[in-house]
Formats: sequence, C-alpha cells, structure tokens
Amino acid sequence: MTALGVAACGGGGSSSDVPAAAGPNEHVDLTLATFTEFGYEALIPEYERLHPNITITHRKTGQGGPYAQDMMTKLAAGSGLADVQAVEEGHLSDILDKSSKFNDLAKIGPADATADRWLPWKYDAGKDKDGKLIGYGTDIGPDAMCYRKDLFAAAGLPTDPEAVKSLFSSWDSYFQAGADYVAKTGGKAWFDSAAQNFNAMVNQLPVGYLDKSDKLTLDTNQGIKDAWAKVTGAVAKGESAKLTAFSNEWNSGFKQNAFATKVCPAWMLGVIKEQAGPENANKWAVTAAFPGGGGNWGGSYLTVPTQSKHPREAAELAAWLTAPEQQIKAFEAKGNFPSQVKALASPELLNSTDAYFGGAKVGELFAEQAKKVTQAQYKGPGDGQIQDTVASAALQAVEQGTSAADGWQQLVDGAKKLTR
Amino acid sequence: MTVTDKLAADHPAEVRTPAPRPGWRDRLARWDVKASPYLYVAPFFLVFGVVGLFPLLYTAYVSLFHWKAGDDNPDFIGLDNFKELFADAQFWHALENTVSIFLLSSIPQIIIAIGLAALLTTGIRGATGWRVGILLPYAASLVALGIIFANLFGPKYGLVNGLLQTIGLSPVDWQANRLASHVAIAIMVNWRWTGYNALIVLAAMQAIPRELHEAALIDGAGSVRRFRHITLPLLKPTLIFVTITSTIGGLQIFTEPKLFDAMPGSNNGGSTHQFQTVTLYLYQTAFENFDLGYASAIAWLLFLIIVVIALVNYLLTGRLARTPGRKK
Repeated sequence: MTALGVAACGGGGSSSDVPAAAGPNEHVDLTLATFTEFGYEALIPEYERLHPNITITHRKTGQGGPYAQDMMTKLAAGSGLADVQAVEEGHLSDILDKSSKFNDLAKIGPADATADRWLPWKYDAGKDKDGKLIGYGTDIGPDAMCYRKDLFAAAGLPTDPEAVKSLFSSWDSYFQAGADYVAKTGGKAWFDSAAQNFNAMVNQLPVGYLDKSDKLTLDTNQGIKDAWAKVTGAVAKGESAKLTAFSNEWNSGFKQNAFATKVCPAWMLGVIKEQAGPENANKWAVTAAFPGGGGNWGGSYLTVPTQSKHPREAAELAAWLTAPEQQIKAFEAKGNFPSQVKALASPELLNSTDAYFGGAKVGELFAEQAKKVTQAQYKGPGDGQIQDTVASAALQAVEQGTSAADGWQQLVDGAKKLTR
Repeated sequence: MTVTDKLAADHPAEVRTPAPRPGWRDRLARWDVKASPYLYVAPFFLVFGVVGLFPLLYTAYVSLFHWKAGDDNPDFIGLDNFKELFADAQFWHALENTVSIFLLSSIPQIIIAIGLAALLTTGIRGATGWRVGILLPYAASLVALGIIFANLFGPKYGLVNGLLQTIGLSPVDWQANRLASHVAIAIMVNWRWTGYNALIVLAAMQAIPRELHEAALIDGAGSVRRFRHITLPLLKPTLIFVTITSTIGGLQIFTEPKLFDAMPGSNNGGSTHQFQTVTLYLYQTAFENFDLGYASAIAWLLFLIIVVIALVNYLLTGRLARTPGRKK
C-alpha cells in the first residue's frame, strides 16, 4: 500500500492506474502459468536468486487446450489468473479481443524490453488493434518442409536437401510434385492431411479469416478461396493420407510410412522423432524451403493480466524470461525455438544439429526460415476456432467424400455461426 | 419435553411466577419440537440450493443474454437465443444423434442385462467371481476406455477394421459414416453399463420369493414359462428404474462421443457432426466458443426435453408395470 505514494511521485501519465513497483525490501509473491514445456524449470530458481525479495510459484499444465479453456473461464470470472500468464499463438486472438483485461507491457515493462529485441512479425502479433502490447514473445514455430528420403528415392525423386528445394518453392509446385508422386507410386499419399497444408497457406496470407474490423472475409478473400481450391484439388488427386493431425491414426501413420512429406514447424521435428520412432531414423530429412516463402505455426506469449496485484514485477519477470540469454537456455532445455534476434544469431543455436534428421544443422535452418516470414497477420476474435474446429473439420469432411463445394459451404456457415 | 419439564420444576422461582403465558423455556421447547426437524434437513436443501437450484435459475437468466465469456456488458436479448435455437439445424441434428445412440445402447443393454442376470441366478460355480467380472468394465476409467475404443475403431489402422478385412469384409469408416459411428459409440456404452444393470436386475431377481417358483414347478411349468410368467412381471419395478436411469444417462451422453473424435480435443463430433450429441454441442458452445448465453439456452432446452421424456417414460412403464392379474 505504501507503494501507491511512489506511483504518485514517479509515475503519472496514462499508466498511473497501474499499481507501482513494490519497494526493494518488500516481499512479492508471483505466479507464473504455463502449459506443456516452456523450459523454465532451471530459470525460475535463477531469477529468485537474482531477486531475493521475489518468490515465484510455477503452475504447469499438461495440455494447451484445457489450459486455454481454464484461462478464458478465469478471465471471464475476473479472478484466478496468474501474474504472468502464457498464451499460445492460436488463442492469442481471443486475448487480443479482450485487451482491456491485460496490461500494456510497452508502458509497464522494463525499458530495455524494446521492439528490436524480437523478430518484427513476432513482436507485432503481440499487439492489439490499437497498438497496445499484450504479450512478450517466447518461442516461435518457423515452417520448413520435412520429407522421407527413402520414399522419395523409391519414386525416383531427388533426396538431397538442396536438390529437393525446387519441389517446395511454391504451393503449385508442391501439389504438382505430389500428383506426380501419386502417379509414380501407384496411389501412395504425398502429405498427411489437407488441414495441415491449408492452415499453413492461410497463415501466409496478408489477411486471414477476419479483417481488422473483425468482419469475416470468406466471401471476398481470394487468397483463402485459392488455398481451398488447391488443397481440395490435391485431395481429389489422392495426395492426402487423410490422417487427422495428432490423432491416433496419424501417429500410426508415421510408423506405417503413410505419407512422404509433412509441413514442419521447428517443434514438429520432436513430434516426428517420437511418432516415427528410432526405426525410421535417417529416413526423415528437413530442408530450408517452404512453399510460398516463409510461415510460422505455433509459439507463445507471456502476458500480465490486469488481475495481477504486482504487474510491474510480473512484467519484469516476463521480460527476463523472454530475453535472448534465457530463450537460448529454454531452447537447450526443451528445444523451444527462440524469437529474439540476438538469440537467433547465437552460436549455441546456429551450431545445433539433429542426428535423427541426418545431422542437419536445424538451428541454422530454422533461423533462416524464421527470417523469411514477412508480416504478422491480424487475427480477429474467433480466428483460432475457425481454423481448428471449422476449417479442419470441413477439410476432413472433404477427405471423407464430401464435395469441395459442400465443404466450402460448411466452412462459410460454421465461420458465420462462430462470429455471430 | 420431559427433560425441560423437570428442569422447570427444579426452579422454584419460575414455578412461583403466576404465568398465564408459558415461560421462555416452554416456548423454547415448543420451538425445538417444531423447528428442529427443519434444521436437521436444512443442510441438504442448502447444498441443493447452492449447487442445484441456483445454477439452474442462473442458467435461465444467462440464456436471456448475448453473453460471450469475458464480456463486460452482455446484451439483454430476451428469448432470441431460444428462437435461434429452434431454427438451429445443428441442434436438431445433435438431438437426433443423441436419441439414436441412446436407443442403440439402452435397448440391447437392458435385454442383455436381464439375460446375464438370469444366467447368474442359475447357481453357477464361483458366482461371486462372475458377478465381480461383469462389474469390472464399470469400474474401469471411462477416459481410458474411450481412448482404447477410439483406437479399436480407427478407420485405417483400427483392430475392428483389421478383423473385418481378414474375414473378407470391406472396412468401415467408423468416424465418417453416421450410423456406423453411432453403433461404435453404443458398443462403448453397452460394454460399460450392461454389467452394472445386470447386477441391479440380479438383486431384484433374488428378492423374488422361492415359493412362487416352487409352486409353479409343482404345477408343471418349465423354466422358460416360469421366467416369462413369474420373473419378468415381478421385475417390472426394477426395469422401470433401470430404464429411467439409463434414459437420463443416455440423453446426457458426452465422454464417449468426445473421445471418439479423431481430432484430439475436438468437440465437433465428427467432420460433419455425425456423432455430436446435445451435451457435446452444449459443451462446445460454452467452453470452446465461449458463447455462454446460447449454451444456457441449449442447457435449458435439454433439461425440458429430459423432463418430458422421463415423464413419458414413467407413464409408459407405469402402464406396463400393472400386471395383468391386477387389472379389473
């Protein structure tokens, strides 16, 4: 409470409604909520050592889905959120829509946490429509393409990572190569599921499902219509293994050699290793190419909800956790790919290799892919749900035999219902 | 009363007071008799009020708003949510799915349960072992079962399709085909609940007096005849109970269809909602799309539907339960 006096003297301006920093001797308890693996286990004791007056409670949740649900419920209830709350990129649109319930980190955060720390598109995506900074970027998921060397060789395709790049230069060349592959192999699938490609394609567009006034663009967005036509065309040619991503069948598909290529954000390498298993080591490869340039899929932000009683300390913790040195430590601990410019140039990252993928220099490869992303697409409220529950389901229906036109209608109707 | 009377007598001061109105101790005693029972039953009603009645009424209140989770000022829209719901094809589609899965599960379930119970009363060896055995599926974790069954019914690498193919049949896309998905989910439900119902029926069968069977036996009735004319009529009250509980459970079916979806964590109930039940739709609306007002409307409509079906159920089974002998 004594801190209020300090705010009146030192603060002022538009941030005066935010509780000021506690005194150096005042004890502060902070909570930090994350899901799956952020690689913060060793960092938290380190921060407490550097700040003896701060105690951090780390609430860790297993899965991202239930975590996001819990977060939205607590946001609605007005209490229960952590001081530093992690938000996944896919759920960021829902948070940005309620930005009044989050602190502007550009105002309350430490002065050194400036925009030039981050890749510009990562930093920009953490801002709401009015330019208020809601979250500090943690990891990212730059897109590359993974493929099966043995299956490529059997179909008479090149297998060297440099030689295959031309196949993945555009979505047209990618789906054309797929059609040839299906023909040469007597009907073997080229990719795992239509929804995975479609999501990546929509994410590359300058405008996604919603425009900046939060209106649905489906009727007018030629980019989305083209992506739909290309993907459903590829399904019609038998290029899809029709395996819903992350389902049991999809997991089995890796072991059964069900498909030859896979859209591969940085974190997907770990998924492939786990699902394809040691028996498929060195059969998978990754190359620094992605149809249509660069793309990003996944990654998170650290936010400070207005529910926090110690927003300044929370913002300082969030800034520290996302600083380059700590991002490199998190990368070394759990493989979370860093989003800060300095971290992307660090030798630890650039020299990291992956034996499973033929010893590829994956750190350097994904750092290169991250720089190919040109812009942050604006994501309006409901964007994540449209992608996850409506578009993916509509494409699954097309894979199960619905016509492309009916599937499109399902997408339009579902998106309209979600954004009513 | 006696204790208080005695206490009053021990206090001469109070006895001496000429009191046309009873003393405070008397009044206290009378209140005690009148009010105490209400106090004793109050905890239940308090708990029910907090966790049962209040949510019910508050849900009705929320259903009158366009209320997205986290909204600062939800708009009051009166009955518009209900109007929209009556025109919502997805809701009726979900209701059809629910009823279809319910019929596919409850009917075979009760028939098999009666059969199992009849077998278990025949004095087989190790009866307790068998009884525990049929209850085991019920004790297993529902989530684990859901995941295992979803694996068994996988369209490409599932065990069921593998078996179908080895005996020369064509595989079924259990998730894409609407009826097939209902059958698969009903199998999941039956596997879990049949044993549970069988034990209830078994308990009722064992409560039937032996004399009835013995008398019928002397009259020359065979086992089938005794089953039809003694066991079944006397089982009717139990069967009504089993039917009503499985109706209520069946209309609220949620976990099985949720876990059956190929898309992990999805509440879609299949790519075109082939097996999305009403509860799953309700859950999706509330906790995936955070449309709390509309979800509340669904919840109330589901509540009313369950009340109506339970009433119809009660009237029908009540009529059936009247044994022919008692009819005048």
